Amino acid sequence: MLTEPRLVEVRRNILKQSDAGARALRARFREARVCVASVVSSPGSGKTALFEHTLTRLGTTHRVAALVGDLATENDAIRLARSNAPVKQITTGTLCHLEAAMVATALEDWDLRTLDFLLIENVGNLVCPSSFDLGESLRLVLISVTEGEDKPLKYPTIFNTADLAVVTKMDLAEAVDFDEQALTRNIQAVRPGMRVLKVSAKTGIGMDEFIAMLTSHREECVPPASHPADWR
Amino acid sequence: MIVHELSIALSIVEAAEEESNRLGGRRIRAVHLRVGRLSGVVRRALEASYEMACEETALAGSRLVIEDVPVVAHCALCDANAPVRSIQDMRCEVCGAPVSDIVEGRELLVTGLEIEGC
Repeated sequence: MLTEPRLVEVRRNILKQSDAGARALRARFREARVCVASVVSSPGSGKTALFEHTLTRLGTTHRVAALVGDLATENDAIRLARSNAPVKQITTGTLCHLEAAMVATALEDWDLRTLDFLLIENVGNLVCPSSFDLGESLRLVLISVTEGEDKPLKYPTIFNTADLAVVTKMDLAEAVDFDEQALTRNIQAVRPGMRVLKVSAKTGIGMDEFIAMLTSHREECVPPASHPADWR
Repeated sequence: MIVHELSIALSIVEAAEEESNRLGGRRIRAVHLRVGRLSGVVRRALEASYEMACEETALAGSRLVIEDVPVVAHCALCDANAPVRSIQDMRCEVCGAPVSDIVEGRELLVTGLEIEGC
């Protein structure tokens, strides 16, 4: 006997499992007092070059490490290992983004308490990573001057899930007729109030400000440990 | 390259199967889903992935009914929640002020199941 189907109301957050994983990671990062920043961009925007520079510079004053996501190869990890910072590659196979569970697995045998900063390089992709929280306290979106100033309008969601935009390859700006005003306008259209930094990892332009941004973010997200001498 | 919508479709099937078991294992005809415009999910990719994710599960042959959820933000100037012009132009639809405090439009929620009646 056929009967009419009936609609049962439910309320299930689909990314809940992934979000729960991200929450657990965030708690773990907080407890270990490590500041975690992730980076998303298109392939070839200069994520690895920015990481190389950052690990080397920040490594002189802080304990830094990196996770790098790619579909295949260990090339980025090998490149970054030259900075002497601990680096681990996450190869996703065919998956187009990192998820909290992959980060958790990669960090299984790491003692996070020995770190001040952990940088996570997502798979080069401006679409898929936007739906997945990795437990980071700061998400950076990179866009290079060679990519076209309308990229924020084409990929508004990724800009909307990021905290800060970094314009890379500034050393090429003049050669490619980069229109800074247009890019700024487009970023502000999709994410009003977003802070934008301009850097060149190659020449070092803007890198002082970039490093300063990371260290001041760490002060915000990791409050200074209460010193035993304070207990009186 | 596998689209991230497939991971999401698998989670939807899993959630729907759990709900169906809770309802006494009734057959599910359709899953209703709210998809925010800032959820990062592409409707057509999700629909295609859903069919694949349903294969060889209790949901095989079921439909996905997607409700598109526009972005709503709190506008400080209006002191009220209002839709934004578009995700490319995040301004209050009412007064035109830039808005960043998003209150709706990021969600990805299963809101209902069409099950066979008793």
